[in-house]
Amino acid sequence: MATASRPQPLTPHGRARLIALGRATKPIREAGGVARAMFWTGIVITLFFIALAVFARFIAPYGFTQYKSGHHLFPVLGHPSGTHWMGTTVESDDVMSRIIWGAQTELKVVVIALAMALAVGVPLGLVSGYFGGILDRVLVLIMDALFAFPYLLIAIVIAFLLSNSSIGGGVLTAAIAITVAYVPLYFRVVRNHVISVREEPYVDAARALGARPRTVIRKYVFFNVVQNVPPIATLNAADAILLLASLGFLGYGIQPTQGGEWGYDVSRAVSDAASGIWWTGLFPGLAIVLLVTGLTLVGEGLNETINPVLRRRRFGRFEFEPVPSQMEEGEE
Amino acid sequence: MKPEPLVSMRNLRTYYSIRGSFADRLVGREAGTVRAVDDVTLDIRKGEVLGLVGESGSGKTTLGRTLLGLTRATSGSIEFEGREISRLRERDFRALRRRMQVVFQDPHASLNPAMTIGQAVGHPLEIHGIAKDRGRVRARVSEVLELVGLAPAEQYLDKYPSDLSGGQKQRAVIARAIILNPVLLVADEPVSMLDMSVRAKILELMLSLKRDFDLTYLYVTHDLATAKFFCDRIAIMYLGRIVEIGPAEAIYSDPKHPYTQALLRAIPEPNPERSVPRDLPRGEVPDAAFPPLGCSFHPRCSRAFEPCGWESRDLRDLLEQRWAMAAGDAAVESEQRLIGDLDALRVPSSEVRWTPPRGVTADETVALLEQMRATGPDERLWQGVERLDSENGRVRLDFHLPYDPQLQPAGDVEVACHLYHPPA
Amino acid sequence: MSDALLQVRNLRVYYGTPGKPVRAVDGVTLDIGESEVIGLVGESGCGKSTLGRGILGLLPAGARADGAVLYNGKNLVALPPRTVRRMRGPDLGLIFQEPMTRLNPLMRISDHFKETLEQHEPNLTDAEMRRRSLETLGRMGIPPTRFKQYPHEFSGGMRQRIMIALALVLRPKLLVADEPTTSLDVIVEGQILALLADLKNNFGTALLLITHNLGIVAESCDRMAVMYAGRIAEEGPVREVFANPAHPYTRELLRSTISLDTKVLHSIPGAPPNLIDPPAGCRFNPRCPSAMVVCNQLEPREQHPSPGQRVFCWLRGPSELIPPGGEAPLEREAIGVADEA
Repeated sequence: MATASRPQPLTPHGRARLIALGRATKPIREAGGVARAMFWTGIVITLFFIALAVFARFIAPYGFTQYKSGHHLFPVLGHPSGTHWMGTTVESDDVMSRIIWGAQTELKVVVIALAMALAVGVPLGLVSGYFGGILDRVLVLIMDALFAFPYLLIAIVIAFLLSNSSIGGGVLTAAIAITVAYVPLYFRVVRNHVISVREEPYVDAARALGARPRTVIRKYVFFNVVQNVPPIATLNAADAILLLASLGFLGYGIQPTQGGEWGYDVSRAVSDAASGIWWTGLFPGLAIVLLVTGLTLVGEGLNETINPVLRRRRFGRFEFEPVPSQMEEGEE
Repeated sequence: MKPEPLVSMRNLRTYYSIRGSFADRLVGREAGTVRAVDDVTLDIRKGEVLGLVGESGSGKTTLGRTLLGLTRATSGSIEFEGREISRLRERDFRALRRRMQVVFQDPHASLNPAMTIGQAVGHPLEIHGIAKDRGRVRARVSEVLELVGLAPAEQYLDKYPSDLSGGQKQRAVIARAIILNPVLLVADEPVSMLDMSVRAKILELMLSLKRDFDLTYLYVTHDLATAKFFCDRIAIMYLGRIVEIGPAEAIYSDPKHPYTQALLRAIPEPNPERSVPRDLPRGEVPDAAFPPLGCSFHPRCSRAFEPCGWESRDLRDLLEQRWAMAAGDAAVESEQRLIGDLDALRVPSSEVRWTPPRGVTADETVALLEQMRATGPDERLWQGVERLDSENGRVRLDFHLPYDPQLQPAGDVEVACHLYHPPA
Repeated sequence: MSDALLQVRNLRVYYGTPGKPVRAVDGVTLDIGESEVIGLVGESGCGKSTLGRGILGLLPAGARADGAVLYNGKNLVALPPRTVRRMRGPDLGLIFQEPMTRLNPLMRISDHFKETLEQHEPNLTDAEMRRRSLETLGRMGIPPTRFKQYPHEFSGGMRQRIMIALALVLRPKLLVADEPTTSLDVIVEGQILALLADLKNNFGTALLLITHNLGIVAESCDRMAVMYAGRIAEEGPVREVFANPAHPYTRELLRSTISLDTKVLHSIPGAPPNLIDPPAGCRFNPRCPSAMVVCNQLEPREQHPSPGQRVFCWLRGPSELIPPGGEAPLEREAIGVADEA
């Protein structure tokens, strides 16, 4: 350390961070079998949709409300063809373009919603779990009450209220609606974990050192509690996509002029089905199923690798080598 | 003039209330109070190693935690360096934490798994706002790591607790405890979770640190063998009270309290000439929420006599033991028939009254009890019986009044036992 | 000894890992005689617990056994697990460190006994089962008035007694006790040890007492075996081993034990070795104060310094097998705190 003959690429602090990252991801790298397959399949599917979302502008052949190209009007409810791979809707919109733009909308809303839910739920859970007392009791009451309602119901109510207010319909409304539905979940998970960690000797030791509660929570409790969150967040994302699609299906979510939304498309396609028009409903439906499955696989895969209870250790096969026989004196 | 003690505890009490069954909680009724620390008066002199020895339920850990402010005292006073600290609020206590530190029992759980050794050991400096300069913090941490034997320090600074062995972790914990130059160190079973071959190293480290930095230790343990080696004075605790306290040599060479004697006898000795002692006190440490009347040790004591606090539950235990040893015998069933179920003996009291079961007269029951007394006079319980007869068809059994023993001088030590200070 | 109750011959128990296996028990030969009390002593990681469970066939997932455990003429290692399971109980019993692990908190004590007896001795009537249960419990000091209570109503020491009674009600020939008193207070520990030491008188049961506490072994056992890094270092009558320890590890272990007579503190430098890649030759050689060159090269042979005593150490010979120069002191690097346990 004294003589730096080689340039150190990282400060000791940075090196510690890298080591920490390595340790945190170790279970994922070491996972085997079904968990590993699940995880990586899910990652591939999810990345596919993320790519669609990020590069929608370049991939989608048309806009999500585009009903003509130049002066050429798109057919109404046209069959899948060379120019419209997945056909067109009753509004003459290209189905495939709506799917691709829809990926962007779905992911945008869900990411914002979950970020907000985490930003509200996790700190509340930390504080409530660590301090207990009246604050804890009140918060638990509120959260449990919210938790008791079906997600969809809460989301509809919030979406309804907000769309009549200044915020109006759109991405933010849908995001807030989903946030409110999920805050109690993060609150509860984090709070429970904090309560168990709170009794650990090293937290006690931190208090004995004279650390203030805020320091104890930040440095001693937070890191040990937060590892539970990624699997839950991913599974949540899957659920949130469904929730958003449900809102759209019922007409409370994103309106068609604001962006593509698969649920809305499916709701429109219901009447088409009676006439034998399958492409307007099938493709949005498939998109929902695929993305939700992908996210679920990632979440379950994470759960199986990170959660020490579920994690199945690989034992490895081995053989006993024959023992060289030794001549012993006075052998029986 | 004798110097002021570093720590001075007077009539210290720490009680917990227990939440009872669901029904109790619904009604808001408490199920009982655990008197974890029950009227303890104790001094810790500067520069000494005071051993606090006891089994589970003795209150020794709670006493340590109350002293450190991790648990709130219910009543009484604690003075540290002349200043009253038992009523301090948490934030006022924080500054004091530089002067008193703790080493816990489980080295595997005392270190934050998410912090490196360097971060963990240096954290106290950060908490108390000393040495903001990162380089200086690192230098001081390295210095302390080398002091506890984790040398060269660079090897350990970036390691996580899971990379270290039990002994190394405990050294890191000690380093963290001394980095602020405290005057008092509370060590709660610091070596009991380490292997035999490592204990000596950690104890030696603690001794050398004491010499070099003029530390005072409160050594909390159940292990009388390490306490003998390590401590200047020893206090033996039983169910929240100190039953004997004095210089280590006096305690070990001439233990006065029957509990101390039993503890010393019970320690397994690596000497094959000795076999397992057969005369150990029977039973176990009782439930701290419902301690025995009088002297808490009397139900197990081989020398208990009248004032020690005989009560209904002792009679119940006597009967249960008797029937356990003869289980399967027809005689047991006939005795049970004469006495009935033992529910009447559950409530602690020195006056026992119960109605015998149907078809049995009180006189028959009394006669049976008299017979038990005649055939087993060694049972100490009978010494505590003042009167046994029948009255209005009920069995009447009065024990002598219970007296709580107080700590009083006897030879070189202080002991709380009626054998040495019979109540007037 | 052909009349030994149980004969362990070259038993190996390895745990599988993603890499090479952990050689937890690596070639142990041991005899347990009828009604004998044998202490198996060693520090954490030496394999004593694994050996105890390996004898009973109770290995965790990923572990496999090799070698022979001969009981009644049959090799338990080679038998199908179902057969061994049936033997557990009436022939071989086990008690653990934590008494609550065996006791179902939702079942009364009486139900525990009923279940055990019904499984292994179905021909007993209810009255007989009750009588035997109460008698066994009575010997353990549990009164009949508490027969119908639940485990949580008993204290730790009493739960351990109940566990022992559960194991003994079937009158097993051998009881393996894995650290039975480690979690108990010292006076209760003495009570339980007195019970265990009396097993041979009251029940005729042999006892394999696994512990890290040398004091317990000295006071309750007839013979003892010292384990280090998966192997037996020394074995013999307790008196002999304490008076004349033949293996340097035994000697060092005795010296580091802190008792009431300890005047000076001793410790053993270094830490027990990695069991995936143990040292060559004698496994204690990196830490042994008397290590010779041969100790690093060849595995020591079984020697008998006195009748009934076995030791695996080159200091006891046989000198014919030591290559020239092998008796010179072994040069090693100094052991620092970095290698400490």
